[in-house]
Amino acid sequence: MRVFDPHIHMTSRTTDDYRAMYDSRRPRSRRTLLLARPAPDLARLLPRLLRLAPRLGTLPRRPVRHRPPLRPRPQPQGGQRPPLHPVLDDLPRYLAKDGVVAVGEIGYDSLTPAEDTALAAQLQLAADHGLPALVHTPHRDKLTGLRRTIDVVRESPLAPDRVLLDHLNETTVKEAADSGAWLGFSVYPDTKMDVDRMVAILRNHGTTRVLVNSAADWGRSDPLKTRAVGDAMLATGFTDDDVDQVLWRNPVAFYGLSGRLRLDLPSPQDLHEGNSLLRGGE
Amino acid sequence: MLTGTARTWLDSALTEAAARTPAWESHFVAAGRHCGHTHADSARTLLLRTADVDAATLTRLYHHGAAAERRAVLLALPTLVPGPEAVPLVEDALRTHDTTLIAAALGPYAATHLTPHTWRHALLKCLFTGVPVTAVDGLAERAAGDTELARMLADHAAELTAAGRPLPVDLPRVLALTATAPVEES
Repeated sequence: MRVFDPHIHMTSRTTDDYRAMYDSRRPRSRRTLLLARPAPDLARLLPRLLRLAPRLGTLPRRPVRHRPPLRPRPQPQGGQRPPLHPVLDDLPRYLAKDGVVAVGEIGYDSLTPAEDTALAAQLQLAADHGLPALVHTPHRDKLTGLRRTIDVVRESPLAPDRVLLDHLNETTVKEAADSGAWLGFSVYPDTKMDVDRMVAILRNHGTTRVLVNSAADWGRSDPLKTRAVGDAMLATGFTDDDVDQVLWRNPVAFYGLSGRLRLDLPSPQDLHEGNSLLRGGE
Repeated sequence: MLTGTARTWLDSALTEAAARTPAWESHFVAAGRHCGHTHADSARTLLLRTADVDAATLTRLYHHGAAAERRAVLLALPTLVPGPEAVPLVEDALRTHDTTLIAAALGPYAATHLTPHTWRHALLKCLFTGVPVTAVDGLAERAAGDTELARMLADHAAELTAAGRPLPVDLPRVLALTATAPVEES
C-alpha cells in the first residue's frame, strides 16, 4: 500500500511518528510515505523556515520524504494575528524554491474581511508561481465558509482544478465536488472525519479527485489514519487500485500540478535530503 | 548531460548572472527544476562563480536558501572567498544534521580556514552522521600528527565499545592518519 499523506504537520510530530508510519506498511508489500508538510505560523518562522527542514528527523535508509507547501498566512491559533503584508511581500522568494509544491494551508477561519483579502492574495500568489493551493474550509460555519471559499476561488486567477478544498465532510462534499476542485478529507480520532464515514463518502461519491489526509498536528490526531482508511476500504470491497488512487495517485496528481514534485527516493546514502537521525551517542 | 532546454535556460541564466540583473538570484533558486536535480549543484555553483559574488552576498543567499542552495554556496566558497569571512556559514552547516550540507561544508575552504577545534569536531560529526571522511578535503594533511584528534577518536571508540556498539568504519582509518608525521609547512 502506497501512502501519500497530503496534509500533515510534521513540525509538530516526532521522529517516532516516522518510524510508526514506516512500520505500519503491510508485510511483503511496498509502502512509501510522502508527507506534505505545511509550515506553521509562517510569519514568525519565515527566517527560520528553511533551517527547519534539515533538522527534521527522518528514518535513514527508509522511503520517507517531505514536500512542503508554504502557507502565506498563519492560521490563527488564538491571540493576535501577525501583520499580513510584510509576510506576503517576502513570500515570492520562498514560493520559488524547487521543493515547494503548493501554497497552503490557507483558507478561512472566522470569515472576516481581512481573511477575504488574504485568501484572494494567496490564490493570486499561487497562480503567479504556477503552484496549486491547499485551501482548508473553516471548522465553524463550515458550509457558509465553503461557499465563500468557492466564490473567492472563482474570482481568482487560479482554476478550481488547481485547488484542494480540505476538511470536507458529508455536508460540504457535494458542493465542493461541483466546484471542480480536488476534495480533501482529514481523518481524526475525535473530530473532523472518521474512518467509517470516510469509507461511506467514498462509496457514495466515488474516488475521483478524493484525497485523504491525517492532518496530524500537536492536537489529538494520528498519522496512521491514512493507512486505516486504506484498510477499511479494502475490508468493505474497494479494490487495491481504488486504495492506490485515493492514497497515492490522487495526491501525486494534485501536487504534481506544480511541476516540482519529486518522487524519487532518498539519495545519496538513502537519507532524506541527506538528513540523518544520527545525533551521536547511538 | 543537460538537455537542450536546460542548456538554453542555463545559458540565459548565466548571461543574467554575469550582468547581475535583478533576476539572476531567482535563477539561482530555481536551477534545480530547470537543469535537473543531478546537475543542480554544478549549475548553481557556476551561476555563483559567473556572478562573481562576494562573501556578503553569499551569506545572504545562504540564509535565504533551501538546503540545495546552501549546498551550492558552500561548494563555491573556495573559489569565491579568499579570506575567513564565510567561516560562519561552514559552522552553520556543521550544526545541521543534513549530511549533504556537512559534506559540502568540508571542502578546501574548511581545510584552509577552520580552527583546529572546529575541524576536529567536524570530523567527529562525520563519524556520527555517517558522512564518509572522503568528503573531508585535506584530511590526511590536517590529521597527520594531530594528537588531540587521536585522543578524541580513541575516547569516542571507548565510549562506543563500552555501550556495546560498533565503531564507524572510518574511525580506525582517521586514527591511523593521526599517527603519521605532520606535513612540514614549506
